[in-house]
Amino acid sequence: MTIRPLLDVTDLRVTFAVRRDGDMPWTPARQLHAVGGVDFTLNPGETLGIVGESGSGKSTLARALIGLVQAQGRAEWVDGADLIGMTPRQMLKYRSDIQMIFQDPVASLNPRMTVGQIIAEPLTTHHPDLGRAEVKARVKSMMDKVGLLPNQINRYPHEFSGGQAQRIGIARALIVEPRLIICDEPVSALDVSIQAQVINLLIRLQRDLGLALIFIAHDLSVVKHISDRVLVLYLGKVMEIASAADLYSAPQHPYTQALMSAVPIPDPTVDAAKSVVPLTGDLPSPMNPPSGCVFRTRCPRAQPACAEQVPALMGGDHQVACHFPGPLTEAEIAGARARAQTVPA
Amino acid sequence: MVIEQDKMTSLANRMAEHEVKGRSPWADARKRFVRNKAAMAGLIILILVGLFALFGDYLAAWSNEELDYNVMGQVRELGAPSIASGHYFGTDDLGRDLYARTVQGTRISLMVGIVGAAIAVIVGTLYGATAGYVGGRCDQIMMRSVDILMSIPYMFVLILLLVIFGRSIGMLFLGIGLISWLDMSRIVRGQTLTLKNREFIEAARATGVPGWRIVLRHIVPNLLGVVAVYATLLVPLMILTESFISFLGLGVQEPLTSWGALISEGASTMNYGTLWQLAFPLFFFCITLFGFFFVGDGLRDALDPKDR
Repeated sequence: MTIRPLLDVTDLRVTFAVRRDGDMPWTPARQLHAVGGVDFTLNPGETLGIVGESGSGKSTLARALIGLVQAQGRAEWVDGADLIGMTPRQMLKYRSDIQMIFQDPVASLNPRMTVGQIIAEPLTTHHPDLGRAEVKARVKSMMDKVGLLPNQINRYPHEFSGGQAQRIGIARALIVEPRLIICDEPVSALDVSIQAQVINLLIRLQRDLGLALIFIAHDLSVVKHISDRVLVLYLGKVMEIASAADLYSAPQHPYTQALMSAVPIPDPTVDAAKSVVPLTGDLPSPMNPPSGCVFRTRCPRAQPACAEQVPALMGGDHQVACHFPGPLTEAEIAGARARAQTVPA
Repeated sequence: MVIEQDKMTSLANRMAEHEVKGRSPWADARKRFVRNKAAMAGLIILILVGLFALFGDYLAAWSNEELDYNVMGQVRELGAPSIASGHYFGTDDLGRDLYARTVQGTRISLMVGIVGAAIAVIVGTLYGATAGYVGGRCDQIMMRSVDILMSIPYMFVLILLLVIFGRSIGMLFLGIGLISWLDMSRIVRGQTLTLKNREFIEAARATGVPGWRIVLRHIVPNLLGVVAVYATLLVPLMILTESFISFLGLGVQEPLTSWGALISEGASTMNYGTLWQLAFPLFFFCITLFGFFFVGDGLRDALDPKDR
């Protein structure tokens, strides 16, 4: 028997209407496809890493799941409810199950509220009948859990360092005992030693509380460390989903391979010896995405067929959306290098 | 190195025992404000003027309604300020005690200023924050109606109101209240738009905090700095408006008086050599305006240390 996934997302799309300055009220707005049909499942207690370069729709995907931006498609929660297209009142019930941790730890805390008030806010929103003393006791025990001194409950966010502020953010997310936490680049604003502390805290809390995590980052080594499975996003589309071990040892999609080859290795001799697959050009505009496979404009293996048909996400546990998956050959890497040199940087 | 285990544990316990009192952004601002000499001087002046308005009556030898028949007709010779006659500030043209009249005028002028600013703060803040937070069409409608109200020359409307409905202090409050919140709502809306997309607002929305609670708990407290500064600068503007209306002879009605009315009377008798009738009300008027402006400046510097 297979376990029922905690979250089953099918064909999730987020489209923004973009109006240019000077457009007449009746000119139709242009469509920006920030997320263009994403499918994935997430099992209870699992960590799904989402990687992709800036502008690939990672954060928009997270905001769509939590209802901060309008989306189309289906995101089925474990009890069968569809999280997309719920009224705010219906959604309120699920908001305590899904919490979010934000990128900029200091900006995500209201500077005029004490730490105690900030951490208590989800609790008082979802359980308005709790007494003051009970709320305070829970806040203190949660502060203790995330490694903050409970006696600092009356301090203000500006009195904390970035790492401590992120712990406050984590405490705020955990206080309502959620089943899923969406982490939107939770460590990219922190320095490396603090990153490790926060990541290890998240891993420990996940193990203790049985949380599922959606972990968004553009640091591939961080994602590898924390994730069970990894989803690679490019221009709002899924390129590859696989278990972290599989994806990092045997990436199938040319884009994933290019990403992996760009990860710096903390050893100069090994780093100099590795073969980098350079990608030329920028991310195409999501207003006007390429036909067929969205990656074909930068792919070292692009064929005429890639422009015609959108590749479907195929495979069992290791799913790839590519017409010609498989490791890049030496010739293809050399070709990509040659192209990179002709295009001025 | 040997660390005394029990000493360390007792230290750790002591550190964990007390809840540390945090320094709120308000406390920081208060400290900066107190260090600002000009602002503190302004504040002291305002406190003194306030005390004068509240308790000045108890020192007066004459009430503000009595006429001093001895002085009447010889105001220039006998009505000059003197301690002996009990007319500390002299008398006005009719022989009324100017000290008592100034106390009365101060009360009314301060009240007009504070009520006007309070209306602006309450209505303007809530209106602007709502428009900015809700956004979209609602924002458009709300702000365009503010634009329309602003395009009406308010002095003209105020004068019409006073002429049609009679000159009364209530009508003056109403007229000033109607116009004072417009600017405030614009400023607040602009600030709200910048706050709205901050991550802590997004965090509150993601948790499901209802919209009105976000406005009251997250947006308004972060706006209050700007609002406080603008409100302290608005009080003297309201006083000026009222004084101008009263100077024109349309504001408060006898036997009530205000700084504007007193200055107007004093100015009209300047030629007869009774300069004190102009000087005393004008002195209070000026120091109060200075006081408010200094305090407003000080507040701005204290609340926005980055913008200096």
